[in-house]
Amino acid sequence: MSAVLASTSAITGAAPLRGEPAYAPAATLEPFWVRLLLIGIALIFLTLFLFIPLVSVFYEGLKKGWDVYIDSIVEPDAWSAIKLTLLTAFIAVPLNLVFGVAAAWAIAKFEFRGKSVLLTLIDLPFSVSPVISGLIYVLLFGLQGYFGPWLREHDIKILFAVPGIVMATIFVTFPFVARELIPLMQSQGSEEEEAALVLGASGWRTFWHVTLPNIKWGLLYGVILCNARAMGEFGAVSVVSGHIRGETNTIPLQVEILYNEFNIVGAFAVASLLAFLALVTLAIKSFIEWRLHEQLTAHHAAYALNAPDQE
Amino acid sequence: MTVPIAIPQKKPQRVLPGFHLALGFTLLYLTLIVLIPLSAVFLKTFTMTWDGFVAAVTSPRVMASYRLTFGASLLAALINVIFGGIVAWVLVRYKFPGKRIIDALVDLPFALPTAVAGIALTTLYSQNGWIGRYLEPLGIKVAFTPLGVLVALTFIGLPFVVRTVQPVLEDAERELEEAAASLGASRLQTFYRVIFPTVFPALLTGFALAFARATGEYGSVVFIAGNMPMVSEITPLFIITKLEQYDYSGATAIAVVMLVVSFLLLLTINLLQAWVRKRGQSEKV
Repeated sequence: MSAVLASTSAITGAAPLRGEPAYAPAATLEPFWVRLLLIGIALIFLTLFLFIPLVSVFYEGLKKGWDVYIDSIVEPDAWSAIKLTLLTAFIAVPLNLVFGVAAAWAIAKFEFRGKSVLLTLIDLPFSVSPVISGLIYVLLFGLQGYFGPWLREHDIKILFAVPGIVMATIFVTFPFVARELIPLMQSQGSEEEEAALVLGASGWRTFWHVTLPNIKWGLLYGVILCNARAMGEFGAVSVVSGHIRGETNTIPLQVEILYNEFNIVGAFAVASLLAFLALVTLAIKSFIEWRLHEQLTAHHAAYALNAPDQE
Repeated sequence: MTVPIAIPQKKPQRVLPGFHLALGFTLLYLTLIVLIPLSAVFLKTFTMTWDGFVAAVTSPRVMASYRLTFGASLLAALINVIFGGIVAWVLVRYKFPGKRIIDALVDLPFALPTAVAGIALTTLYSQNGWIGRYLEPLGIKVAFTPLGVLVALTFIGLPFVVRTVQPVLEDAERELEEAAASLGASRLQTFYRVIFPTVFPALLTGFALAFARATGEYGSVVFIAGNMPMVSEITPLFIITKLEQYDYSGATAIAVVMLVVSFLLLLTINLLQAWVRKRGQSEKV
């Protein structure tokens, strides 16, 4: 089928273009009114479900002016929620980062049995409801839980305290870095690392000077997504936190409390911090996607030039 | 296993160092963070009697919550297939101002914490909210009704269909459409004979992903749902209610049901994605 197509494009003299064609042949373009209608539907749908909710967060937060907005954020309970959220992300993200790199190294660079099972297991936390992610820590560390009595004897608080919040966050954000790195490292292969080793570099040196520069954008991509989720997680943290004001409330939990107390402006002011974080995350993400795209095309081009007979 | 044709088998050569270290650490971390905690759920259910388990997962209030959770998730995923499909099509095929920003913002539901989405949607759709005030005279109540659950789940699932269909459409060979047109097919015929079969596996994958995400969703729904037992109470919330009543067994039993459903969905999604990949490869041969 594609042989026929290749010959037709040879006849017309047009190079087989991928992605955006330089011309839009009328035969494969919808009538003007159809295009307008489809764009209209898409924009209305996105406006209703994305843009208006986003704008409303900032609007509601700033409704009573800057002073009230700033006051709502620097208020002690909100401030301690911000600090706890930062601390949680500061612990959870690096741990999952190290795991992500190790998992990607093992899975992308080596062949072994049970790889697809491992891949599925890494994805598990994504398919578990946040509420259940919290529940498992209640079952483990709660008073009636498996380690509960032991923990109480030794006076260690995990549930309804900071360690529980950190653990639930680690669980929920577990796959992010690994998931970004595995396909990226698989597509890059391991020729460059092998070359470095042949030239006498040690394993760690190869990793730092060859692998890391190659995966840095994918790594950053995974980290910012992981961070966004770590700071914004609500369901799992809500189950394990115990909602102690000024102590075990993260920013999303503080938003909930303020909202339920009908302090709408306060709730949206604190929520706007998270919305702002989301926007920054999306901006960095788009920037990296653009860089990754460039890198991949460059990589493919170099590959095609250097090893034309391998395909 | 016998090899029918004498193809020189590639022996797994481990030239690169660090395999045992990397795999060992991966397995240890996975076991500590995911496997042991998750197995607690199943261990806990083994302490229940079978009758007790069945009674806990089939009480009328739970059944009502299943109906709402799965029904609303199904509908929301369908809405996302239709509109997400259109959004993906428009983003890949047409040019219009602001396209890149809109493209980037499609991921907002991934990045925006669910609690923030929850309070924003609730405020918008309540009686005097920006959208609710126009629906109120029409007799449509969204906030604090099952319809609100649907709105929140649609928001949450929005990026899945767009992001699975988009790359497939980008890779789809325009030449096929040209060939169809030159063979006399109308644009509509080309659409459902050529384009639709190409994107169908991706649409299905996106649907399954959006559905799976919606069934477990909690944060965005609790604010807008009103949480009335039997009417607008979703299953994840019911688990929390059970926990707050210190009914750990009851909460765990329902959690097991939800977990089994999500594992089945995960399996389906993996098979679907393998299908998409296979389709993509066979088309390029």
